[in-house]
Parts: sequence; structure tokens; C-alpha cells
Amino acid sequence: MMDIAVQATGLTKRFGSFVAVDNLDLSIAKGEVVGFIGPNGAGKSTTIRMLCGLLKPSAGRAEVAGFDVARDPEAVRAHIGYMSQKFSLYGDLSVRENLLFFGGLYQVPRGEIEARMHMAIGMAGLEGREDVLVQTLAGGWKQRLALGCAILHRPPVLFLDEPTSGVEPEARRKFWELIHQLASQSVTILVSTHYMEEAEYCNRIALINAGQLVAIGSPGELRRHALGGTLYELSCEALGAAVTALGQMPEVIDAAIFSDKLHVLMRGSVEALQPWLATRGVTAGQPVPIAPSLEDVFVQLVSRSSVAGQT
Amino acid sequence: MKLKRLLAIAYKETLQIWRDPRSLAIALLMPLMQMGLLGYGVSLDVRHVALCVYDQENSQISRALVQDFASSNWFAVVRQLHNEAELRDAMDRSVCIGAITIASNFTRTLDSSGTASVQAIFDATDVNTTNIAIGYAQGVIALVTADFERNWLRMHGELAQTVGSVDLEPRVMFNEALDSRNFIIPGVVAVILGLVGAQLTSLTVSREWERGTMEQLISTPVTALELMIGKLMPYFIVGLVDAGFCLIAAIFWFRVPFRGAFGTLAATTMLYTLVVLGIGYLVSVRIRSQLGASQVALLLTMLPTTLLSGYTFPIDQMPHFVQMITYAVYPRYFVTILRAVFLKGSGLSELIGPILALVVFAVLIIRIAARSFHKRLDER
Ligand SMILES: Nc1ncnc2c1ncn2[C@@H]1O[C@H](COP(=O)(O)OP(=O)(O)OP(=O)(O)O)[C@@H](O)[C@H]1O
Ligand SMILES: [Mg+2]
Repeated sequence: MMDIAVQATGLTKRFGSFVAVDNLDLSIAKGEVVGFIGPNGAGKSTTIRMLCGLLKPSAGRAEVAGFDVARDPEAVRAHIGYMSQKFSLYGDLSVRENLLFFGGLYQVPRGEIEARMHMAIGMAGLEGREDVLVQTLAGGWKQRLALGCAILHRPPVLFLDEPTSGVEPEARRKFWELIHQLASQSVTILVSTHYMEEAEYCNRIALINAGQLVAIGSPGELRRHALGGTLYELSCEALGAAVTALGQMPEVIDAAIFSDKLHVLMRGSVEALQPWLATRGVTAGQPVPIAPSLEDVFVQLVSRSSVAGQT
Repeated sequence: MKLKRLLAIAYKETLQIWRDPRSLAIALLMPLMQMGLLGYGVSLDVRHVALCVYDQENSQISRALVQDFASSNWFAVVRQLHNEAELRDAMDRSVCIGAITIASNFTRTLDSSGTASVQAIFDATDVNTTNIAIGYAQGVIALVTADFERNWLRMHGELAQTVGSVDLEPRVMFNEALDSRNFIIPGVVAVILGLVGAQLTSLTVSREWERGTMEQLISTPVTALELMIGKLMPYFIVGLVDAGFCLIAAIFWFRVPFRGAFGTLAATTMLYTLVVLGIGYLVSVRIRSQLGASQVALLLTMLPTTLLSGYTFPIDQMPHFVQMITYAVYPRYFVTILRAVFLKGSGLSELIGPILALVVFAVLIIRIAARSFHKRLDER
């Protein structure tokens, strides 16, 4: 069990009667970068806050860096770095002063603080701007500095809650370079995001919807297996009629119009597709197998889990 | 408790106070302004006290006596009365705050026994004004008496054993005009510190909740105690500067005689500052919005400091159950301490009672405040 950094079992958070996180199981290996993806209100922040010891789980348990988040939150805090969703450095303090402050809170040894601050400033690309007030910095710099503050004490586990939201693409790319740099030093990172393309940068992705873990796996695994079938692209004339016809075919999991084509998700053989349509008066071309994008996968899984949640 | 974390908090808090010069200026100047308002409010209001005169004798001497009151600047004779009914009526309808009655045998009594009384009735609704007005009346009477003595001396060439003198009833201890101010100004210092001190710290935690910095802060290993002490340290300095300003104003501007020891003053002021900052911090911990915290702090401190501290409304004249309540009102102890240190020159040993009371408050409040702070988002 030495190489498990985060272990959650049956983790649940209720706010009154509302269940924000529902019986969530999650296991993250040391040095892994796990992306936490889900629509607004899915429960990402709530999960991360429980893992940081900031919210008390209503049920279930979680261990972070070997410490129980409910029973020993202080030990957890000493071993994690956290970037909350809302930017939370002190705007009226300078870059240096913010770093010094968090260095002090984490009791970074006096002999090392200068070197680590230097490293954090370099990481954020803020050389020469050490004495600038943080509130005057642009989003990307702020976020990189916040990351710098969160890792001054070299925590083995990092929780980053939407660290790249509202940041321009170039700065986001830089941020992910930093994440991978840290992972290469065997830091474990759970990072939530709204950006689908960022999911590709993760070792594994945990998809969460309405408080429930919908799927977890590497981007490749999710693309290949998560949908439970193979995706085909199909060109045909009467798109609407085709969708209705395909809805009745047992092998079809889902059929949707995608601009001027159809995307059909099928289990088993695709042979019967054209004849099925032909007997229902729809002429279709040859189905072409295509690789689903992660976005396809997420949209599919989220809509399925939402339907399941409603029934 | 780790010193390093405590100092990190204190340093950061200091920087933030320093970077917000407007708030700092308000924090430092506000008490002085209030000092001016309350201090002068106290002493200036009690001028030209409306006075009715019921001169039953209407002799040369009694008219001279009334004239002394009228020309004294402290009193304004607003009406001459002609019978008891008028007097009662004037008092009932608040035509005047006081009424002077000179008996019809005033001159005769004075001549025969060498001393005579003037009856003074005062409206006691405003105890403070009344006390001061009685003091003024005593002052006028003292001048009158001195005049008699001079006249006697001129006429008889020697100072007789029984000199014509006039008494004022009711008999109260002699007050020079400034004495009531001396009595009240030290209390004003306690009141202002009580109000300003709680305001100073009432925002310090709620501000972090509102700005979102608290979530980051409580994800670190910092403890509730470190956070509290670290945050209170710089405000303690600000509070002491405020206290210094007020005390300096009391001594050098309002010229309240200072008979005590500086050390006693400093030690007790620090203790009281700790209590009031602690109250503000406690509010700040409990209420997560800045506006709410500041208003609750004001409400919570306003009543006890201004009405129940005894700084202007004497506690021994309050109804019994209100008197009981005042024991739980921390400013009353500092009002007592400051008055004693200023006017009586009391030292620590004589003040042990109120000091112990403040110590109890300090310990209680700080403990409750430290325990009220939870490093969780869902516990308040
Ligand atoms: N303190 C709270 N009290 C009541 N409900 C809450 C509380 N915190 C969160 N919730 C609710 O729990 C649900 C999950 O919230 P959470 O912030 O975890 O979502 P999220 O996945 O982080 O969403 P986003 O992408 O918008 O940040 C939401 O419906 C939210 O309204
Ligand atoms: Mg969130």
C-alpha cells in the first residue's frame, strides 16, 4: 500500500438532504496525475475539500498520504498542497511577501526558504517582479504563483481545484508543463478542470457527475472502452428518420446527428446496419469506424448517468 | 504553538494594515474625534442651565443673590416664580432644570445666626447634568459667601467668628466647575477604546472569508491559536496607540489631573485593550461577512460601553437588576480603574478587584475565541 497516495472509499458529503458527493471510491497511485472532470456542481470541489480535511465527510473515509482526513486532518494538511478554486493569495501583498507568508506557515527551514522562493518565482516566470503587488498580476501569473506557494513545503500530494479556469491557452499550457514537472518528481496530483483538452494531459481521468464517479481510466482506455461499443460515422439522406429507425435496432446504443452525418454507437457487429435502415426506407452509405474524442465520451457518459440518476 | 507560523501571520497582518492607509487613518483618528465629541459634549452641554427662581423675600440681599446666579454664565434665570404651584408646574413641564427657593426670612436668619440656606431643587432625569449643575450652584454660593466675608471685613475691620454665610440645600460635596469633567473624561477614554477596539479586529477574520483567502489559510497546518495571536498582535499596537492618543488628550487637552503612576496606567490599559480586541475577534470568528461582523461588534459594544459602564450614568443610581447586569459589562471595570488612577492616584494593589475582573474577561474571551475558530468550511 506504500504507493497509494490517495484512497477514498464510499466518500459521501451531504448538505442537508442534498447529496453533493455520493459514495465515491477513488484510488490514486503515487506520482500519478489524475484529472477530475465533471459539469458544474458535479461535486469536484466538495470531493477535493474533503480530501484536504476542509470538509468533514458525511460518510465513508479517505486517506491522503497515509493519514485519515477525518481523524487526523492536521497531518493531512502538513503533507498536501492545495489551490482552492477561488484565487486565494493576498492581493495587497507582493509576490515575495506571499511566498514568505506561506513559507512561514509551512515552516520551511530558514536556510532553505530563499532557494525555494527563488525556485517558485522562476517557476511562475516572475523574475524581476518579486516586489509587485499580486493584485496587479495577470491571471496566468497569479495561478502559477499560487502553485508556487502551494508547493513551497514540497508536499507529496497536490490538490488543484480548477487552477487553469479563466486563464488564456498559452498560460494554461505552461501550467500543465509545471504539473508534469512536479509529477516527474513523484508528486501525486489531483487536478480538476473544465477543459476537455486538458484531460489528455492526465495519466488518468475521473469523470464525476451529480456526485457520482461515472468512469475512471486513462484517456486511451476511456476512448476505447468507456462507451461500451464502437463508434461509427454514417452518411445518409434522411437523418431524422434514420435516427428514429436506429433507435429501434437492438445493437445500437446511441445514435446522434453530428452536423451532416450520423454518429452511431454499436455493440457487436455492424453488418446488419445498412440492411436494417434499407428495410425502413433509409439509404445509407458504408459505416466508418471512428475514434471518439474524449468530449464524445464525456457527453455520452454524463447524459447516461444523468438519465440513470433520474429514474 | 509554533513561533514561526505565529510570526508569519503577525507580519502579514501588519503589512495588510500598513497597505490600507485609509483604514489605518480612520482607526487612529476616529478615537481622537470621538474624544472631542464626547469630551466636549460632556462639558459644554452643561452651560446656561435653565433656572427658575422663587424669591419669597425679594430683599436687596436676595435679589443680589439671584443676580449672582444670573450673571454666572453657568445659569440662565429663565423665570421668576411667585408660588409653590408655579414651581411645581415649571419643573413638571421642564421649563427649567433647577429651581432656587429663597425663604422669606432669609436675611433675618442670616443676620441672626450668621448662616442661612438656599433651597435648590434639580430635575434628576439627567443625573449627569444635575450633578454638574449642583456643583455650579455650590460655586456661585461660595462666591457669595466670600463676598459677605469681604463686606463684613470692610464694615467691622475684623473677621468675626460668625460670618454671614449661605448654604445650599441639598448638601453635596463641593465641586469646582471642572470636577465633573474630570470625573467623566477618564470614562470617555474607556468607552472609546471599547468601541474602537472591537471594531479594529471585527473584520480581520471575516475579511479573509469574504476574499476567499481563508480557505487557503486553513488548508495549512496553522492552528486557531496561532492565527488568533498572530492577528491580534499588530492590532494590539494600533489599539495601544489609540489608547495613548485618548489618554494624552485627556491629560493635556482636557487637563484632567493625573495623580497615578504611568506603569499602573500602562498595565491596565494593555489588559483592557486585550479584552476589547478579543471581543472584536470573537465576533469576527463567528460572523463570516464583514458588514455583519462590524455591525454586530458595534451593537454588542455600544450598549454596554455607553449606557452600562457607568461613565456618565452612575451605576449606583441604576435599578437593582440593571446594576447586577453591569457586573458582566467589562468597560465598567476600566472606567473604575481609570477614574481611580487619574483622580485618586490609585496603584495596582488598590485596584486588584477590577483588574482581576478584567483578567477573567480576557482569559474567557480569548479562550472562547480560540475555540470558536474551526479549520473547516462547514463548521461555525
Ligand atoms: N456548503 C454547501 N452547502 C450546500 N450546498 C453546497 C455547499 N457546497 C457545495 N454545495 C453544492 O454541492 C454541489 C457540488 O458543488 P461543488 O462545488 O463540489 O461542485 P463542482 O463540481 O466543484 O462545480 P464547479 O465546476 O462549478 O466548481 C453543488 O450543487 C453545490 O451547490
Ligand atoms: Mg468547483
